[in-house]
Amino acid sequence: MNSPNPATRSRGTAEAEGTAPPVLEVEGLSVDYATEGGRLLAVRDVSLSVFRHQSLGLVGESGSGKSTLAMAAIGFLSANGRVRDGSVRLNGTELIGMPKKRMRQIWGAQLAVVSQHPLSALNPSMTIGKQLAEVGQLHLGLSGKASLEHAKSMLDKVAMPDPESVMRRYPHQLSGGMRQRCCIAMALTASPSLLVLDEPTTALDVTTQAVVLDLIADLKTDMDSAIVYITHDLGVVARICDRVGVMYAGELVEQGALTDLFRQPQHPYTLALLGCVPDRQRSLRNCRLATIPGSIPHLYQEPQQCVFTPRCGFSSVECADAHPRLAETNPGHTTSCLHWQILPSPNECLIQQEEDSRECGLATSGDAVLEADNVYVRFKSHAKSPFARRGKQWVRAVEGVSIEATRGRTLGVVGESGSGKTTLASALCGLVEVSSGSVRLLDEELAPSVAHRSRGQLRRMQMVFQNPEASLNPTRPIGHAVSRSLQLLGGLSRRQAEEQARHLLTSVSLPAEYYGRRPHELSGGEQQRVAIARAFSAAPDLVFCDEPLSSLDVSIQGSLMNLLTDLQLERGTSYVFISHDLSAVQHLSHHILVLYAGVLMETGPTESVLEPPFHPYTEALLSAVPIADPDFEGAPIRLEGSVPSALEDWTGCRFHSRCPRRIGDICIEERPPLNRAEGEHWIKCHWSPAALLERQQNFWKGGEQ
Amino acid sequence: MSSSSEPVVAASTGAQGSLSSTSMQHELAALDARPAHGWRLYWRRMRSRPATLVGTGIFCVFLLLAVIGPYIAPYDYAAQNLSEALAPPSMSHPFGTDRFGRDIMSRIIVGTRQVFLLGGTGTALAAMLGASIGLFSAYKGGWLDEGAMRIFDVILAFPSLLLALVLLSTVGSSNMNLVAVTAIIYTPMIARVVRSVVLDVKTREFVQAARMRGERRSYILFREILPNAAPPLLVEVSMRFSYSIFLIASLGFLGLGVQPPSPDWGLQINEGRDFFSIAPWVLLFPACTIALLVIATNLMTDGLRTVIQPGGESTT
Amino acid sequence: MTVFVLKRLATTCLTLLLASLLVFFATQLLPGDVTTMVLGRWASEQSKTELRHELGLDRSPIVQYGTWLQKYVTGDWGNSISSMSAVRPVVLQSLRNSLMLALVAYAFYVPLGVTLGLVAALRRERSLDHGISVGSLAFIGLPEFVSAIVLIAIFSLKLGLLPAQSSIQMNASFVEAFPMLILPAVTVSLVALAHVVRMTRASTVGVLTQDYVMTATLKGLGPRRLLVSHVLRNSLLPTVTVVAMSVGWLVGGLIVTESVYSYPGLGRLLLFAIQHRDLPLIQATAMIMVLFVIGANFCADIVYAWLNPRIRYS
Repeated sequence: MNSPNPATRSRGTAEAEGTAPPVLEVEGLSVDYATEGGRLLAVRDVSLSVFRHQSLGLVGESGSGKSTLAMAAIGFLSANGRVRDGSVRLNGTELIGMPKKRMRQIWGAQLAVVSQHPLSALNPSMTIGKQLAEVGQLHLGLSGKASLEHAKSMLDKVAMPDPESVMRRYPHQLSGGMRQRCCIAMALTASPSLLVLDEPTTALDVTTQAVVLDLIADLKTDMDSAIVYITHDLGVVARICDRVGVMYAGELVEQGALTDLFRQPQHPYTLALLGCVPDRQRSLRNCRLATIPGSIPHLYQEPQQCVFTPRCGFSSVECADAHPRLAETNPGHTTSCLHWQILPSPNECLIQQEEDSRECGLATSGDAVLEADNVYVRFKSHAKSPFARRGKQWVRAVEGVSIEATRGRTLGVVGESGSGKTTLASALCGLVEVSSGSVRLLDEELAPSVAHRSRGQLRRMQMVFQNPEASLNPTRPIGHAVSRSLQLLGGLSRRQAEEQARHLLTSVSLPAEYYGRRPHELSGGEQQRVAIARAFSAAPDLVFCDEPLSSLDVSIQGSLMNLLTDLQLERGTSYVFISHDLSAVQHLSHHILVLYAGVLMETGPTESVLEPPFHPYTEALLSAVPIADPDFEGAPIRLEGSVPSALEDWTGCRFHSRCPRRIGDICIEERPPLNRAEGEHWIKCHWSPAALLERQQNFWKGGEQ
Repeated sequence: MSSSSEPVVAASTGAQGSLSSTSMQHELAALDARPAHGWRLYWRRMRSRPATLVGTGIFCVFLLLAVIGPYIAPYDYAAQNLSEALAPPSMSHPFGTDRFGRDIMSRIIVGTRQVFLLGGTGTALAAMLGASIGLFSAYKGGWLDEGAMRIFDVILAFPSLLLALVLLSTVGSSNMNLVAVTAIIYTPMIARVVRSVVLDVKTREFVQAARMRGERRSYILFREILPNAAPPLLVEVSMRFSYSIFLIASLGFLGLGVQPPSPDWGLQINEGRDFFSIAPWVLLFPACTIALLVIATNLMTDGLRTVIQPGGESTT
Repeated sequence: MTVFVLKRLATTCLTLLLASLLVFFATQLLPGDVTTMVLGRWASEQSKTELRHELGLDRSPIVQYGTWLQKYVTGDWGNSISSMSAVRPVVLQSLRNSLMLALVAYAFYVPLGVTLGLVAALRRERSLDHGISVGSLAFIGLPEFVSAIVLIAIFSLKLGLLPAQSSIQMNASFVEAFPMLILPAVTVSLVALAHVVRMTRASTVGVLTQDYVMTATLKGLGPRRLLVSHVLRNSLLPTVTVVAMSVGWLVGGLIVTESVYSYPGLGRLLLFAIQHRDLPLIQATAMIMVLFVIGANFCADIVYAWLNPRIRYS
């Protein structure tokens, strides 16, 4: 057994309660998986401790091993996983090798887990109340009635509206956010000493995520438990955690107190994660993002050098000589980087970036490339039954949205799930029929369906889709997607198209040999590059980007955003960039359009939209996004409930049911007007822009509304 | 085995300080190890399942017999030799003889070809029809889809044997009719399977991308969507084949299938019923053969299913 | 929920209607002169014409169908051509016998099949599971006449425990008939058993890999409680469907089984009718059998809807 690094054990916990022993103590843990490709070393020699009343954030991208670490620690590895070495102690008791029977006494009682799948984590055939009560019956020895009472009190604790009725409901009757709250309540029932949260908000909307994070932050102050919070989102870490551990390729590369780590990271990877995040507060649209080349390796043998070396901008010869160990630099702060002293701080990095930034002064003529007027997209919902009394049911996906995309510029469309943004894009592209409204591309009226559009029109407008894996045919080589497009839209012969396709692949930084590979042999980022190559193959004037980055890791997102920016600068292509990620939209867009449940809420140049005055919905969105800065104190605006169903009919303002600034009946009865705030900035609200500005002017400084 | 992926080009381009992204090639280096894919992968998976290998092996033997059977059978299947009627298994007649003195082993071997021809043709027909209907109906949607599925639901509501009997009751049991009936009975099931795959695939983005570059509908259906339906289709066809053997043998047994003197296995069993107490081999050998082929095909199908779609569990 | 039931009812009736159309079309409207079959090749043209008129074959197909359907629904199933007596009593009697057999079979293979499927799923990838899986694959393919013969050989001829033939009296009571029901019931069950085992296993494995089972395990629930409250509750749903679908296999299997054992049920009646080209008898018997299968599926849908909170409380 590897001897643990003495530095990590006792002194790293200066803030903890005196000399109390840690709740969770991991020493030299190594986990590997038996896979088809061999023995994968998923976690290597990780040591950490968490104390009572303390929360540790485990940060890493996919493939970093953070989930594996957590699962191994709680004794829940999958069948092909194996703890090779190390020890895990919970309140002094060794967990590795404990028989299942004893583990069951610990699970739920001393240790509780909240998973990342709130939608499927609850038994669909049992009422909420019963499921919650099980924990009380099992670990607290409560009788049936008492356990239900206790369950109800737990629901109160997680601020669940109307707990009585929720207890009687089934999971499918609750929204995602509410289900996650139930899971949290369930985890807290027996007051566990350790609470593990495995990316609990990843599957939720931004606004719902904010509410759940608030809850966790609140609970944290009351609770005694130690918390381990696993995430890839640095903004979340900044809100919730006291200490942070950064994982890369199965190793813990840096560990320290939150503020220390964010102010002065001591590992290039941490620095890159911080610098890579297109932070809304600081980045300018024109600067290229700092990105880390390459991607996280999967290791099948023990590395003989620092595992980050191939991608590190600070590496030297010593880094490749031997595998560095974690060493304590300042009290409570450890790192495995040999060059930690020369690393710049994030602030310095940013200044450097600003100096490097390029002017985006393209000859943007301001010509409109795409004009859509008053677009409505409605579907007939499937007939419920021949006996339904109600008339036809319409799904109102997009209601009267007008957009304009200008040459060489990017229009960002922001909205949460259910906002209709994808439907809007599909409709404009002709994949879905526009119910009414006109769509004009370069002054030519477009047919509502893609099948009726001319080749020329098709060539001019293309799309990059959200899910890179699904956007490539798994049974064909990837080069085929590009060359086919060249053949049909570019009019090339088969051979010419193939040649040109290879050339295109290199222009998106993929080797030409990839032409014959199948999609599953490429990583997500590479697949998306192919999709971009495909979209650009016939030199379109306008490219729709439908959430192209959502399923990719943060560091890959950066390089793809740079690619998109480069292509735009080179070719003067316009983009309609759709996303729920405000930071990405802000980075790429010249104009922004905010959609809520199919209705346009606000539109204007990026700088104007992201500064007060905001539409109340925009305000809520902005305040919901977690900022990767522990010192930031935003003004939290929280929305209750969830996005209304597109099946319902509505009057007045679409947002009135959740608007924190609702005036009164006027919002319910009358459609709000589209008011000009300034220049090209428009807000659809009954409040005048001036009135909104008055109330929101301290938004960025954390003032009250 | 793959090693940890370290590209030869170290990131020495990074100057001290900024992490500018110069060469994108680094990003690619990580995926050095290409896991086995395609046929290699399938073969490796199959190797680890002995039941599947056995089943596939036996199936291939039968397939071989179907092709070369009549040429290697020791006796003519119709040759009668009354002096040797109902003879027990011996060196000259390894499976014994039936009541007309015909060699049972030869009859079984020759009968193999019949089974594969009838069952195989019927299933193949059902596959083509079912796949086409499933494809078009799922892609087009609307009334065509609804109507086709209604009709198929009706056919599927009948147990196979019942439907076969009803259909054959008036038209009679010629070989062609048997093939037709098999095709009719199995088309809906195959269509269902193809349809469900197409319904899933047609919403995928690569189909949308194909539409956006102006592909013709037939291209999308046959060159983009169909290849994705091939694995489940293959599995389903294999299963249907095994059921068709079952069906035709049952029909033969009931006297409503293939007619004598054809060496149909079911027929042989029927003929052997009367002599069960005195000459059980007349009945047992064909019975074991049917059982063997069907079981082998089922094992092969089940193995195919888990090999091609490792996520899916057998659902029969 | 009511809406669901009503919708299902409508669909079922439609399917039944189309099924009757299929039966009628296949038996009466396909090529093949019925009159020749009945009266023989040497019959005179006139007698053929008379018979044709009597059977109503000279009217348009739609009218023929309509008349037949109307009669059928009101209980008039015509007269048997071979026996010249009313079809209905015979069919009902055979139905009763077949039901007895089916019930015994059902009682045998449903509990056994579900249990085996569950066990296989809970011990998946281990030897017991392999054994059960391969075994069920074997039985799925075994035609009933093969397994009947083997069973008869063992239990009747070798061990002499049970009778080889099951030709009971047409109106024998259940108790009288029971010993003779055992072998046929087992025979006809084997295929259906295999299907139930495989489908139960698949659906249970599907449930075992769900997130909520992981959540429940991490709550510290013991294996028994986990099984009952979380696994079974959810795998019960598809099991219900499976059990209902197996009725289709059962009904199909009856045909061959009853023939082998000479059991006077619907299957044997159908064969008899087909051999004698007895049109009304064929139609009536086939319709009853289809009715059962479709009816069973309908019941399964309803039970499923009732058990599934998503549908019950929508």
